[in-house]
Amino acid sequence: MRLGVVIFPGSNCDRDALAAAEIAGYEAVPLWHGESAVEGVDAIILPGGFSYGDALRAGALAATAPVMAGVRRFAARGGAVLGICNGFQILCEAGLLPGALTRNRDLAFHCHDVALTVVTARTPWTRALAPGERLVLPVAHGEGRYVVPPEELDRLEAQDQIVFRYEDNFNGSCGAVAGVCNRAGNVVGMMPHPERRVEAVLGGEAGLGVFRSLRLAAAGVTRP
Amino acid sequence: MSLSASPEARWTSVGLTEEEYREIVRRLGREPNDVELGLFGVMWSEHCSYKSSRKLLKILPSAGERVRLGPGENAGVLDIGGGWAVALRIESHNHPSAVEPYQGAATGVGGIVRDILSTGARPVALLDALSFGLPDSPRDRALLRGIVEGIGGYGNCLGVPTVGGETVFHSGYDGQPLVNVMCVGLVRLERLVRGRAEGEGNVLMLVGARTGRDGIHGASLLASRGLSEGGEDKRPAVQVGDPFIGKRLIEACAELVEAGWVAGLTDLGAAGLTSAAAEAAGRAGRGVVLELDRVPLREDGMTPYEIMLSESQERMLIIATPEGAGRVEAACRRWGLEAAAVGRVTGDGYLRVRWRGREVAAVPVRDLTEAAPAYERPWRAPAPVTPEPGRGVAAGPSRGGAAAPSHGGAPRPADPSEAFLDFLSSVHVASRAPVYRRYDHEVQTNTVLRPGHDAAVIRVRGTRKGLALATDGAGRWGGLDPYYAGAIAVAEAARNVSCVGAEPIGLTDCLNFGNPEDPHVMWQFRRALEGIRDACLALGIPVTGGNVSFYNETDGRQIPPTPVVGMVGLIEDIERLVPSSPRCPGALWLLGGGAVSQEGSLWQMWREGRVHGQCPPLDLSLEAAVQALVREAAGHGWIRAAHDVSDGGLLVAAAEMALSPEIPWGLRLQLPEAGDAWTAAYGEGGARVLVVPAGPEAERALMRRAEERAVPCREVGRLTEDGRVIVKSGRDAWVDVAAERAARAWKEGWAWLL
Repeated sequence: MRLGVVIFPGSNCDRDALAAAEIAGYEAVPLWHGESAVEGVDAIILPGGFSYGDALRAGALAATAPVMAGVRRFAARGGAVLGICNGFQILCEAGLLPGALTRNRDLAFHCHDVALTVVTARTPWTRALAPGERLVLPVAHGEGRYVVPPEELDRLEAQDQIVFRYEDNFNGSCGAVAGVCNRAGNVVGMMPHPERRVEAVLGGEAGLGVFRSLRLAAAGVTRP
Repeated sequence: MSLSASPEARWTSVGLTEEEYREIVRRLGREPNDVELGLFGVMWSEHCSYKSSRKLLKILPSAGERVRLGPGENAGVLDIGGGWAVALRIESHNHPSAVEPYQGAATGVGGIVRDILSTGARPVALLDALSFGLPDSPRDRALLRGIVEGIGGYGNCLGVPTVGGETVFHSGYDGQPLVNVMCVGLVRLERLVRGRAEGEGNVLMLVGARTGRDGIHGASLLASRGLSEGGEDKRPAVQVGDPFIGKRLIEACAELVEAGWVAGLTDLGAAGLTSAAAEAAGRAGRGVVLELDRVPLREDGMTPYEIMLSESQERMLIIATPEGAGRVEAACRRWGLEAAAVGRVTGDGYLRVRWRGREVAAVPVRDLTEAAPAYERPWRAPAPVTPEPGRGVAAGPSRGGAAAPSHGGAPRPADPSEAFLDFLSSVHVASRAPVYRRYDHEVQTNTVLRPGHDAAVIRVRGTRKGLALATDGAGRWGGLDPYYAGAIAVAEAARNVSCVGAEPIGLTDCLNFGNPEDPHVMWQFRRALEGIRDACLALGIPVTGGNVSFYNETDGRQIPPTPVVGMVGLIEDIERLVPSSPRCPGALWLLGGGAVSQEGSLWQMWREGRVHGQCPPLDLSLEAAVQALVREAAGHGWIRAAHDVSDGGLLVAAAEMALSPEIPWGLRLQLPEAGDAWTAAYGEGGARVLVVPAGPEAERALMRRAEERAVPCREVGRLTEDGRVIVKSGRDAWVDVAAERAARAWKEGWAWLL
């Protein structure tokens, strides 16, 4: 399988995501923000970082980059898309995911491990995980407080669109949401960084499951 | 900057003395015009010319078999084998941070990153050595918050992990914080680039941000003078950073270096285009001609003087072949960066500046660079100083009303357990996690040991190697004995990297001092250098360059002499590295020894609000032996954890080992029978490391090697699973508290500060 990682100006986890995809056994290729064609890839990652220096709002400018037209088409066809951190912010700004990411409750940047609960395994990025499973992954963000209106949050829960929740809701996200997906489940956004936990030497392999899920999803494996 | 016609105003307006002005006239054989005077003003500033320190810095050992680039270059470069080299440099941004903490600190990060870029390296780690006044005034707390935010704001966006550093408090930095930023980069040896304008006819390409009116005279008028109360008038001399451009500069430079299209590379820092062009030409023994009409400007109407002296951030100067210039431009454009051919390399040894069809400056490059004045400033050892009255230390919310320090003098410690908890939660000792959690320390996914250990370790991707990185500042000792401060800064930084199992291979130093025109300050500077030299020689570590920051004074109040060392250690196999806290409990052994005392200690600082007395005796041969033993033990897998005993003494070191895991270990510590328990627990001095041996066999091996190396070695306690911290003095339990409570004191002590 071939995984594409979009590089926006200001992306800074692009190389990390490419490396993690390779460690997980995929071919990984960079996709340039200025190209609207995203052909020949089986899945797309929008990596973390500060695309366009967070000008205007985090993710706001990247959402209008030419490559996003291709990402939209890819997602509309049911392709697996994962936004990590800034990538999550971009997917929300682009309207591919519901909600918005705002400044953390304490207005501070947070870089530390957090415990997550997997809520759904129906997405191509969580197929290898089990609902209720606990994952410890690092976060590194200043704007990760997930915000949706209460009725929208209810709808997301009812439609099985919550993907991860924080055990300790340190940033004040609505419903302690750490990751969500679109209605179809193929587009996922998450604030924690699975690509930073794919090697034992870097503190564990807790993030590998996110990457390995893709292969199960492609093979049509589903979990109850 | 307006240049008035009166002769005296001519030199003072650019920060020069009358003698220096006369010297310029003598060398040129004529009066310099305004542009030329501006060039001399910045290039002969203390900040750019190192005129008070240049001669003295030569005493530092800078040779070594790994050294590929040493002092005088944009950054030091060390060969780490396997075709890889590490670039390192530390730099101060004290003055700008005092005036405008967020931007001052942010541009400090940006500036040092571009120094590393100049070698062709990709920046892989940042460390920050910060010194603050006691945070008992709103102003000092605001400085702390602004500086920490500025470092995070820039570094996080840049995608370079901030993996370490230190944060210290001392009344000597009230209102004049020190911000020393270290950057480390990695480069393939065959891709190493130098900041040299080689090759007559080669093109000078100015890349990155546009040139504006910001930061003019930052080097000469801000960084090369003291501050005064209400330094707000200097704010226009502080630059504003844009990490988004900085990030794209990293990518563009990495691409260009990889493609081999760069003949020379240098950053625009202090003194902007003037310094970049002159130094690049000077290093190559060439001249340059600059065409200012081609410099992309941020605003209309800028004069040649302003263009040459602008310190606008995020600019690099690339020296390219005429054929390569187009490729440089195309690669930069891809990253949304402007690249303009603003000049070329010449053979006449002159820096020539052209503007609107005429030459507006022509100065021999040598006179701006290596032939700039170098002074032997008078120096004088101080008379014995009368200690100033003590002052209180904000220690955060005190618990139990025990030995909380109060204003005016040292209260006798009350209950040892309560005093222990209060000290642990004081700003001096409490966990720095609230600071480093504000920084992305994992981006680039190479951080093997994260902040909170003796040294951070990043791996060299694609190899088994790792780099251990640490900074150590010694301002607390500087006021007592600058020689000891210089030596101990080197020794402790080396001990830190040794504790994780790495061999110290080179260091970069940041020398923060007061006004060099004060003979006492000059004496402090000389003594500190001698201390650094002696420790480097004893430990076999070269100095690859660094930075001198003078004029750290406010209204005549000088900072304590503060040598800061940034150390790089090499670990051949990252599987062999040793954390500072073990994953499972075990015996606690003390390696090394030496006399300890409360004088000058962190304990004294906390209790009295100041330090006084004598520095402990220095034993550099014991230091070398202890460090070698720890490295050997790490290499053989004899130890599961190692932690340097320094700030706060034996008890604090042992407590940090016990309390830093998420679920703290219990601790048993036996203080020596003889002497005062307070000194044994909190006294500092000697060369000491606490280790947790990996088992009985490892203990025997360790014991045998310690004897052979003549390093004292004994069991002093253990880490346990019973949840209690019990310290015994003789047979009595002297401190007895729940580990959970101690951990909370240590981990939450800082919560109120940030």
